[in-house]
Amino acid sequence: MIEVSNITKKFGKTVSLDNVSVSFEKNDAVALMGANGAGKTTLIRLILGYYHPNNGDIRINGMDPIKQRIDILKHVSFVPQLPPPIKLSLDELISYVCSSSDVKKETIAHYAKEMELDLKPNLHKSFFTLSGGMKQKMLIAISLAKKSDIMIYDEPTANLDPQARDNFYRLLKEHEENKIALFVTHRLEEVKDIVNRQIYMDLGKIVSDARV
Amino acid sequence: MKNLLLIVYLDLKESIRAQWFIIYSLVFGGLIALFFIAGITESQVMGFSGLSRLLLMYIQITIIILPIFILITTVRSISGDRDSHILEYMLSFPISLAQYYWGKVFGRFITVFLPVFMAMVFAIIYGSFKGANVPWDIFFLYTGLLFSLSSVFLGIAFFISSIVKSSEMALGISFFVWIFLLAFIDIALISLMLQNRMNEELIIALALINPMELFRVAAISLFDPELTVMGPVAFYILDRLSQSMFVLLAIVYPLVLGMLFAFFGYSVFKNKDLV
Repeated sequence: MIEVSNITKKFGKTVSLDNVSVSFEKNDAVALMGANGAGKTTLIRLILGYYHPNNGDIRINGMDPIKQRIDILKHVSFVPQLPPPIKLSLDELISYVCSSSDVKKETIAHYAKEMELDLKPNLHKSFFTLSGGMKQKMLIAISLAKKSDIMIYDEPTANLDPQARDNFYRLLKEHEENKIALFVTHRLEEVKDIVNRQIYMDLGKIVSDARV
Repeated sequence: MKNLLLIVYLDLKESIRAQWFIIYSLVFGGLIALFFIAGITESQVMGFSGLSRLLLMYIQITIIILPIFILITTVRSISGDRDSHILEYMLSFPISLAQYYWGKVFGRFITVFLPVFMAMVFAIIYGSFKGANVPWDIFFLYTGLLFSLSSVFLGIAFFISSIVKSSEMALGISFFVWIFLLAFIDIALISLMLQNRMNEELIIALALINPMELFRVAAISLFDPELTVMGPVAFYILDRLSQSMFVLLAIVYPLVLGMLFAFFGYSVFKNKDLV
């Protein structure tokens, strides 16, 4: 369970989140929407323990995401909006994930195959040299292989072709039971079949929160 | 521990593949090769000849270029990862901030120290092969000095990398630090002292807290135990400390300073927003 209580986050004089309270429970599949600068990414980053809030408190399964980040991140999968230009080869990236998160290489290979990403010929290529779609598929495969209780996807399908999107949604449907899934998105129609809750944010506040 | 070693290993692999590392290694390896080609080992200046002369020249050039090389290649380590959102992704896995930060520090230390050290080893091996006497005392002194010089600038670079948000700002600060420390070796200090009639104790104290100055004086102290060619700070040192004590200070002080900066950097990294 994720409990966000009266969170305020400022960057200088800019208020990015303004006294936001929200909670996410098991089986919540949430579309987090809003214009640029609404505070969606800030909220996600606070949940991931990247930001220190100015006010308020966040608890994930009762734990503080900054003080107990390792215990929390064992249960969290995250796919960013744009795949970062990681210079490691795929093999090295997989080693990093397996060693840090206790994931088996075979499990990542399995999900890569499900995402129609052929790992074998690309294992020794640097991650950043892959195409945008291949990078995104790889990050999705890793996120699914972690079998986390909390899955956070920031515009995950931005680089994917229609077939890859279908594969992604199919795999998510298979895995979202008993989990919390957060999708930061600008296009509701893309995720409306897999979400059961829609949250709209604007100017650092939650303006609507509806179950569907 | 497993994750720390993993970060060290991955940072090493990433660095070795990077273009900066190839250029960095070529510069120091090339310097030694150039000295041999230019016949430095055959020349004699102020009584130094053979490998001693070569190592002296190597260390004199190293004092100028090693700090800036370390600063510009290392300072983007964390700030660059932050800029490019690599940090955001890599830290979404259950790796502690200490493992990530110190893994990067140790990995980067190996990459910056090894080429400089291996260039000296190459000089020793090649010089022995050509029949030159190996000045082991100088070799070990320079190994210690290079180790501690690498430590201090690596520590400073990680500190800068942690406190600034953008890698461009980090680069700018690096250049400033390098120029500032270079300017505050005693040659520049003398003119400052003469121009402004400043207290000489203050000038000397300033020079002594500068790790580049300590490195410079210690590097030549084996050749010139009287330190007669080294300027006013060297005279002051000669009056107050024995040569072995000074060499110890020149190795330990930058090492401790580098560790302090690295710890401050970690403290900042841990306690402020990560991305």
